[in-house]
Amino acid sequence: MGLTAEESGRLAALLETHADKLTASWTDAVAAPLRGRLTRAELLRQVQDLHRTLVEALQAGDFDLSAEAAASLRATLVEMSRSRARQGFSAAETAVTVFGLKKALFDVVDVRGADPQVLADLLALGLVIDDLGLFTFETYAKTREELIADQAEQLLELATPVVKLWEGVVAIPLVGTLDSARAQVIMERLLETLVETGSPYAIIDITGVPAVDTQVAQHILKTVVAARLMGAECIISGIRPQIAQTIVALGIEFGDIATKASLADALRHALRMIEANRKARSN
Amino acid sequence: MERVPVLKIGDILLVSIQVDMQDQTALALQEDLSDRIVATGCHGVIIDITALDIVDSFVGRMLSSIAAISRVLDAETVVVGMRPAVAITLVELGLSLDGIRTALNVELGMELLARSRADEPEDLGIDGLSATT
Repeated sequence: MGLTAEESGRLAALLETHADKLTASWTDAVAAPLRGRLTRAELLRQVQDLHRTLVEALQAGDFDLSAEAAASLRATLVEMSRSRARQGFSAAETAVTVFGLKKALFDVVDVRGADPQVLADLLALGLVIDDLGLFTFETYAKTREELIADQAEQLLELATPVVKLWEGVVAIPLVGTLDSARAQVIMERLLETLVETGSPYAIIDITGVPAVDTQVAQHILKTVVAARLMGAECIISGIRPQIAQTIVALGIEFGDIATKASLADALRHALRMIEANRKARSN
Repeated sequence: MERVPVLKIGDILLVSIQVDMQDQTALALQEDLSDRIVATGCHGVIIDITALDIVDSFVGRMLSSIAAISRVLDAETVVVGMRPAVAITLVELGLSLDGIRTALNVELGMELLARSRADEPEDLGIDGLSATT
């Protein structure tokens, strides 16, 4: 940005003199496209912050957005675009927060009757605002990318594999909190694997489930009942001491479903059952 | 009217339901099956519902009554091949198939029947028969 110290000073003075009118008009320009999703008071506060930091940056001498003097302005812009991105506002709705200043300037400063000097200053200020807008845009995009990366990671956590432990025994190690949507996916995947592999035994390992409340227990019970309807038996394993205490405290009944402390115990149980069946058949 | 075929494999009768069950079809199946159990003296019935996308309370009741009829005629019933989606729906609806044993596929169903026959006391040998005569 080719702004001289003198130009910067005049721009700062221009913004200063009309401070109240400018911020009011600016807030209006910002509030319109957001349609009440942020309160006016909140917007006014953001706009005042931007105004104040912009004036400070201009007063510091020849304006440059990447300079040390503009650090607090940059911080304000970053904070604003980050919060907008996280709250799910669109890119245009975020950029308008900066570009609203242009509209406010035209409202406040009498452009038609102004002398050439003021017009030139306004043009220079327009360039400054464009720079701020680009910066906002970039931060916004970066934040969104971070969000997407985070969500991809979460999705990866959700992927729960069903593993074949032995001939006729599959296991599903559950990791993370079980909500209804996830429980549904897990239930379907487990039952489908039972059919595909023709395994009559399934082990549901809940070592990785941080907490078992009535709802989680309900999901597990439903899965077990569905598996039984299909002709497969489920064993629940990996019950930690605290979880066992919670289950009893909550009065959750697992009925005649086999529960084991560890996956190894569950596998042993399943193998024993398979062996017993084999003996019964060969008799 | 569509009829569901009843196939005899060894000591087992295999019923594979491939059509939409309606009242008439269900009644005909019950009749056919009980006739065949008596005629063949089979001790096991396997009902394959792999092809059924929907199991509602009607089909559930039909399966239960077939199982009950078979039991009266000393034949054990196993329902095999229930799809995951069907099982989930039944659980969500709170329906249960009372008195019905299930297996994942026909093979496991036959094993289950073989096992439950093996659990029963041995058939009376020639000695036992000669003792009564």
